[in-house]
Amino acid sequence: MSAAGLMPDVAGHFGRYGGRFVPEALIAALEQLDAAYRHAMADEAFQTEFGALLRDYANTPSPLYRATRLSAEVGATILLKREDLNHTGAHKVRNVLGQALLTKRMGKSRVIAETGAGQHGVASATAAAYLDLECVVYMGEVDTRRQALNVARMRMLGATVIPVTTGSRTLKDAINEALRDWVTNVEHTHYLLGTAAGPHPFPAMVRDFVRGIGVEAREQALALTGALPDAVAACVGGGSNAIGVFHAFIGDADVRLYGFEAGGDGIETGRHASSITGGSSGVLHGARTYVLQDEDGQTVESHSISAGLDYPAVGPEHAWLHDTGRARYEPVTDAEAMAAFKLLCRTEGIIPAIESAHGLAGALRVVPALRGELGRDPVIVVNLSGRGDKDVEQAGEYFGILKD
Amino acid sequence: MSVSVAYEKARAEGRAALVGYLPAGFPSVAGGVAAIRAIVEAGVDLVEVGLPYSDPVMDGPVIQAASDRALAAGVRVGDVLRTVEAVAGAGAPVVVMTYWNPVERYGVDAFARDLAAAGGSGLITPDLVPDEADEWLAASDAHRLDRIFLVSPSSTDARIAMTTAQCRGFVYATAVMGVTGARERTSEAAPALVARVKAVTGLPVGVGLGVRDGDQAARVGSYADGVIVGSALVSALLDAPDEASGLAGVRAVAADLAAGVRRAQR
Repeated sequence: MSAAGLMPDVAGHFGRYGGRFVPEALIAALEQLDAAYRHAMADEAFQTEFGALLRDYANTPSPLYRATRLSAEVGATILLKREDLNHTGAHKVRNVLGQALLTKRMGKSRVIAETGAGQHGVASATAAAYLDLECVVYMGEVDTRRQALNVARMRMLGATVIPVTTGSRTLKDAINEALRDWVTNVEHTHYLLGTAAGPHPFPAMVRDFVRGIGVEAREQALALTGALPDAVAACVGGGSNAIGVFHAFIGDADVRLYGFEAGGDGIETGRHASSITGGSSGVLHGARTYVLQDEDGQTVESHSISAGLDYPAVGPEHAWLHDTGRARYEPVTDAEAMAAFKLLCRTEGIIPAIESAHGLAGALRVVPALRGELGRDPVIVVNLSGRGDKDVEQAGEYFGILKD
Repeated sequence: MSVSVAYEKARAEGRAALVGYLPAGFPSVAGGVAAIRAIVEAGVDLVEVGLPYSDPVMDGPVIQAASDRALAAGVRVGDVLRTVEAVAGAGAPVVVMTYWNPVERYGVDAFARDLAAAGGSGLITPDLVPDEADEWLAASDAHRLDRIFLVSPSSTDARIAMTTAQCRGFVYATAVMGVTGARERTSEAAPALVARVKAVTGLPVGVGLGVRDGDQAARVGSYADGVIVGSALVSALLDAPDEASGLAGVRAVAADLAAGVRRAQR
């Protein structure tokens, strides 16, 4: 294991980030979860069960696919990590299966989850159905309208979807409501947090459940090209798909890591969701990390065309990777993301999630600089973290193709 | 002035102290100051001034609504400190109850300095546990402020010992597992929690979350050193058609609670 494998410390700190900024009432549950997670990671039976579920149920390892036409178009070798082909259509399934198994081990019967785009909610509802757990999903009212199809999917799977009408009515407020539920019902309820953020052990635990993405991609890239890639790119909202694909490469100093945040209308407009590029250090949802906030430390509303990236903070390990310089974080605007969305549709016949289109757009943007640096076409792994079925209506409206 | 003054006064009278919470800036900055003065006149021994925050994960709908309205009206951290200053001489010690990020953003030492200068006695920190509080421990020592951490029914004995060792002024016992808000019944778990806290510290123990009226205050006051009331007071302001009737309402609720702690069987 690389040196990075030692992060976080026992109290969940990545450098100055992470930790536990929660009401005392939740500390016991976090301790219980931490113990269950540590035990599971060292337990062969758990690993075998988790591995079998990932393979037979979630359809992983996902392929690493050489996007030939796209590569020719942009003058680089683009390798797409096809997490969009997983069961439920995104990388999120890896995390929910891990946490749902832990829920069973802790003897709890109910899971709650927050969701932005709905992908994590769908994945949670799926795992809950599969493992016979009660499931309640909190979703910002704005997002339930943006992602009506996913609301229907969750209900189909037996979950209760509760539209959240407080605050900005998006992902951050859904997390607030989930935390309020958890502090009230913690005895029999597990909070199935959907990203590598929140209080310890969530950032480390979620990372460990999704880090298979990078482990697979690393082996697959070696098998496909005979070498490690020049760069790995992913979109960053809370940051689970990014940490998932980055983690196995952190010790490979020559592999550049790029996280692309949602730039919305552009950082300069103030309407964006780029916590690292456009925010500052603060505490939100249980961890110290980069936060979009005003002078008084009040959280500022984020903006993005992508519900899944529309979040005013980021996982603490990304904050640390940014400060240490190991990964680079840059904003990608709505317009850039949608151009990449269309390009992938037209060159590869793959409709990506708008979230993932941010990662692709950023990767394409760094191609010229990388080519200059390397003196050849770069090889870039892009985590195609989810499929775009849920986004078809929104993209159709964006491109004005819904009317005859 | 340490909050211990309020507890000593109540103890000398053979009763529990009444601890009243109101958010700064609600229904307006001046209206909030007037409301705090009114509850002190009505018998509140110790004031908690809430700092309105955008993401109050430990609060129920009542305090959320008041905070949202204060923020929408443009209330700033400076207004909270000015509120403390305006009520510090009203006859009861004043602490600020705040989520951690606004303090961290202000600068922990600077906030402690300015709170002390405004006449504040200390901080209650609902989402800061001692494990993460090194900077606050240093700043509160430097500026001689009380620091009130929370304990909960789910806290282990070891955590209660660790937490109370870092508390100064009093210990805040959250009686129920859940968010703030008045309840029909207060918690069965509270007396046991108070006993566990008392076993490891000589500090006064205040019990909060759920107290709605004088009768409940009397019940809690029979075993706790402090009865903490928030949502019931805030509701009186929230439900009022105008500031004047809100003021009368909050004064009446506080008087009922104050009578409650005075008739508690100890």
